[in-house]
Amino acid sequence: MNLLTIAIKSIRQRLLASSLTGLSVALGVALMVAVLVINGVIGRMFSQSGSGYDLIIGPKGSDLQLVLSSIYRVSPPIENLPWRFYTQIRERRDIEHAIPIALGDTTEEGGFPIVGTIPQYFGVEYAHGRKFLVKGDFLQGTWDAVIGAEVARKNGWDVGSKFRMIHGGQDDHVHEEQFTVRGVLKRTGTPNDRSVFVHLDGFFQIDGHGKPLEEAINREADFFGVSPETVREWYGDDLAHAEEEEADGHDHDHAHDHEVLDAQKEVTSILVVMKTRNNNPLTRTTGSLMLKNELKEGFQAQGVNPIEVMRRLMDNLVGNVRLALLYLTGLIIAVSGIGIFVSIYNSMADRKREIAIMRALGARRQTVFSVILAESILLCLGGGLFGLLLGHGLVFAAAPLVEARSGLLIDPFAFEPIELVLFPVLIVLASLIGFLPGLTAYRTDVADALSN
Amino acid sequence: MSLQLHNVKKSYREPDGNILPVLNVESFALDQGEQVVLVGESGGGKTTLLNAISGITTVDSGEVIVDGVDLTRLPEAGRDRFRAERIGIVFQTFNLLPAFSALENVLLGMTFAGRADRDFARTLLERVGLGKRLSHRPPQLSVGEQQRVAVARALANRPRLMLADEPTASVDLANQNTILSLIRETCSEHGVSLLMVTHSHDVADQFDRVEQLANFNKPEVHA
Repeated sequence: MNLLTIAIKSIRQRLLASSLTGLSVALGVALMVAVLVINGVIGRMFSQSGSGYDLIIGPKGSDLQLVLSSIYRVSPPIENLPWRFYTQIRERRDIEHAIPIALGDTTEEGGFPIVGTIPQYFGVEYAHGRKFLVKGDFLQGTWDAVIGAEVARKNGWDVGSKFRMIHGGQDDHVHEEQFTVRGVLKRTGTPNDRSVFVHLDGFFQIDGHGKPLEEAINREADFFGVSPETVREWYGDDLAHAEEEEADGHDHDHAHDHEVLDAQKEVTSILVVMKTRNNNPLTRTTGSLMLKNELKEGFQAQGVNPIEVMRRLMDNLVGNVRLALLYLTGLIIAVSGIGIFVSIYNSMADRKREIAIMRALGARRQTVFSVILAESILLCLGGGLFGLLLGHGLVFAAAPLVEARSGLLIDPFAFEPIELVLFPVLIVLASLIGFLPGLTAYRTDVADALSN
Repeated sequence: MSLQLHNVKKSYREPDGNILPVLNVESFALDQGEQVVLVGESGGGKTTLLNAISGITTVDSGEVIVDGVDLTRLPEAGRDRFRAERIGIVFQTFNLLPAFSALENVLLGMTFAGRADRDFARTLLERVGLGKRLSHRPPQLSVGEQQRVAVARALANRPRLMLADEPTASVDLANQNTILSLIRETCSEHGVSLLMVTHSHDVADQFDRVEQLANFNKPEVHA
């Protein structure tokens, strides 16, 4: 028999009170674990998802909306950029990759966001040092699609599956064109998992995706700050031919390849990776800054650094909420600690005799102090351990629900290293809690307590 | 000599500031293996005397020598250790810990002396007739059985001196003689000196040496 056994016996002696106080710690710790895990998931999500790109170029407007729509696909796109502008960006010598994406539509089944893009999208790291892996092939043909792991899981799609899409903003309009799944992405833990990528060529050829010529010309003229005539000159004979076809009422037989005039093409945004010069990664940063400033002075486009924008969002809004949640759960643990303190301290009056008996049997003052302290630590650690399991159980159970509701992918087995800090913290807390009752035990007058 | 008291004085300060003398023992001695009963009225200082002998309470002056060691010269931790190792105590109300089984209650005393011997604890409980009640907790035992556990616990560290504070006061008449015999027999078997205090003349009549506390304890106000 040792001090620990004596402490355990004492806890068992007051099983109900001990269980309730331990449970209060467990609930506090469970909540903190859940917050830490979700906190970590959100942190990684927002810092990793866009980190493969140096800049996102989109129409002027909210930089946050641009990032949320282009990278996280949780916000409607601002407006579109003319194809001509994309080609100008693509041909810049300081740019390694310029990947256009077109957003707005969703899958008929499951409502997953459609991303019209080019095969090059999958050649760029989606996060630092992480490349896309696929079962099947990446995009090749016009009517090819690549789907995220979550889309495959939820819709039960695999290579060879065919699907249609709903036009953005018009829930009742289902495009007739069908895309065929050529590849299923391995899980990335990013919004790519719940996205459906279709070939941009196919995306443009969908009925209604090409703007009417007149409107497209005016829109492009407005974008570049030139007259519609100038735009007409840019496209020359191609435009005349297209206008003739439009006047003849060209029948858009669906799901076949036909030319879409560049003037009619628009992209939602351009994901940019800058060139690295002299093997110095900093040149990418300076290059993106220069391009960003250049765009700022220009017409109707803006360039934003996704990490910068998300960090700002995290710091200003999400960060504060996270911090508030952490404080709150810390407070809950502290309140639980006070509960343990009150429980142990109140029991001291009843236990004076018990302590006096131990002292009469030869226990030293330090020994009874240690027994009380050990009780406090055992309650805190036991509660903490239970809370840890409970918290992870909560995450495990809530992960699919959170994903379904918010699209936030949470690894059910996610573990944050900072959780390990909880236990030393609990030991310190327990020591503080147990100190005063321990001192009461230490100071117990043996003769007096025995005579009472 | 198992126990010697020389000029032991002890008094308490009352809430109104007055000094209340409780002990004033000029001389008292107990040979090794001897069994003595102290008879005295309630409030006569019997329990205080036992507390002073066991080192639970310090005295104001004098010498309390147990097994050759003057407890008044030991620091509190030393007295605790000494008590755990060489003094066994049987209380009037048994003072068993309800969360612990009979065996664990006996082991508890051994733990504080740093020598938990499960086999010896079991042997002691078998000796007091509780071989089949080892895992029973005090509330599951009868009053007489509880006092037997208390006797076994007092002997657990092979003490040189056993102090018994009215050990039969809480048991019925049928159990009184059994408990008394048990204490006396086990002390004899282990060569332990016994100092028992009681206010019962029936109990006192069973001892060869009976001391009236009033005869050698003459409390008076002292400086």
